Amino acid sequence: MATMILTKQNLTDFVESLIKSGAVVGVQKKEGKFAYAPLKKATDLTLDYDVTLLPPKKYIMPQWETLIKFKVKPEVKVEGVVESDSITILGVHPYDLKAINQLDRLFEEKNPDENYLKRRAATIIIALTPARASKWSFWTSMDSASVDKGYDLLLTDLGGKYAVEAGTPKGEALLKKHAKTDQASPDDIKKLQSVKKSVKDLCASDRKIKAAVPELKSILLKKRQSKLWEDKAEKCYSCGSCNMICPTCYCFDVLEDLNLDLQGGRRYRLWDGCQLEDFAKIGSGENFREERMHRYRHRFYRKWDYLFEKLSEPACVGCGRCSSVCLPDITDPVKIFNSLKEEK
Amino acid sequence: MESIYLPELATITKVADLTATEKFFEIKLGSGRDLGHKPGQFVEVSVFGIGEAPISISSSPSKKGSFELAIRKVGNVTNAIHQMKPGATVGIRGPFGTNFPYEETKGKDLLFVAGGIGLVPARSFINYVLDNRKDYNRVIIMFGCRNPKERLFVDELASWAKRSDIEYLETVDKPLDTDWKGNCGVITTLFPKVTIDPGKTSCIVVGPPIMYRFVLKEALDKKIPKNQIYVSLERRMKCGVGKCGHCQINGLYCCQDGPVFKYSDITGLEEAL
Repeated sequence: MATMILTKQNLTDFVESLIKSGAVVGVQKKEGKFAYAPLKKATDLTLDYDVTLLPPKKYIMPQWETLIKFKVKPEVKVEGVVESDSITILGVHPYDLKAINQLDRLFEEKNPDENYLKRRAATIIIALTPARASKWSFWTSMDSASVDKGYDLLLTDLGGKYAVEAGTPKGEALLKKHAKTDQASPDDIKKLQSVKKSVKDLCASDRKIKAAVPELKSILLKKRQSKLWEDKAEKCYSCGSCNMICPTCYCFDVLEDLNLDLQGGRRYRLWDGCQLEDFAKIGSGENFREERMHRYRHRFYRKWDYLFEKLSEPACVGCGRCSSVCLPDITDPVKIFNSLKEEK
Repeated sequence: MESIYLPELATITKVADLTATEKFFEIKLGSGRDLGHKPGQFVEVSVFGIGEAPISISSSPSKKGSFELAIRKVGNVTNAIHQMKPGATVGIRGPFGTNFPYEETKGKDLLFVAGGIGLVPARSFINYVLDNRKDYNRVIIMFGCRNPKERLFVDELASWAKRSDIEYLETVDKPLDTDWKGNCGVITTLFPKVTIDPGKTSCIVVGPPIMYRFVLKEALDKKIPKNQIYVSLERRMKCGVGKCGHCQINGLYCCQDGPVFKYSDITGLEEAL
């Protein structure tokens, strides 16, 4: 499909039409920050945000998700539960979309995870070229300023109007059904290209890792015994905030509840974090990453080394959320890689 | 596509006390099919309303119709299983993970070193070997536990000790207040008692985390090559399918890349042992 143009009014009408036809979540203002939340009206949508509190991952891998339902009385019965209500996510920045693309692969590989994959298949993603970056963002250093797949539609603010490009036939059909569009003029195309090109300059000048992405893994491999891990981990509260806000973290715990009638219940998964003290602890009490340093270092190696083996790219997209939530300021990959690189 | 988290219902057909803290369970799948495991693999056992836990399979795949678990009560799920009687329903997912080298070691010598409940997974391979005894050459079994009261499968241990085609050695750390007449001392004290041909011997080591370093040193001192030494490792294998992240040992998932590892494959991994 050719690039189309949505005037501001046409965009508003498009969003209103989407809201009327099904569940839509979009970026909205929240106490001076931004968050994804169900959209009640198009004017609540904010498209000039810097970063959201939580990544849109929460709609595809929710914080709490039922896996099975069971009965224990009168006899034991069990059934699998796959929740996959269709939803449209509006305003996804490229770095967050790149993270979703990674999760797609990780949940698909070897043992396909139906719960994730069905929900993903039922999700429509309308991506958005960033107009601003948070002060912590370093997506350019993580090659995540743009993304070429995973979206159904991609919106780019051309100043007073939006360019819209379809990434899938589903996105194209959505646009045809719900929006009034115009053909993009040669000037629009030129403007679109220049806006997209300038995205990589949005991150602040002090938010650069002084090494290219392919070099990062080899830096880590040489620095496993660096004193930096110990020094930083000494200040770690093991609060797990860096895990909880991360768009690529996907570790989960599995728990279950018996209903109050004691006849049956459900088993569910919920987000878990490798920085939490009991993450690797087993029933006998043995904890295989008991020391904070081991947990702290594990997170970095998992993202830049272990998952690199599966993804051929680091499992970090440079959103900067971990740096922004860390009270002792020890999680910032920019500072860590630049320190490691300077170490002898 | 069937959910990878949906257990199959199964019935406990036999329960027996092994020690004060371990019980034996024979389990039959609801579908009647064989579990189809290989020696060394594990299953995720569900007690509905309580949770799910990874448990080593203790029986040989040559046992048909049902399989066996030996479970120590240590947490919510295992304590709940200990309350269960024959006829009770549990859920089973699996078998999961890698297996002991039952194919590669045919015609070769086997040295089993099992400490405490490490005997439980080792037993799946030992009994497979005994069911196919002619396929293997020398079979040496070393078993050690803290005291005589912690000995598991005592009838089987006695039958192994009697067999002329097994070299069986056993020790306890301390005899406590029993009339134990056998060896006393940690499991490594059994190593000087055997002479092996390291080139044709595969060594299977299963025990508590503390045991590995000492036993591996003995095995290496006996000149067994690192790629002929196998260990089975314990981790928090919550999902069993390589997703949840809890069982990671550096870049490896214990539930998928293990629990059985070749020592040569994990020597460089700081988190392994």
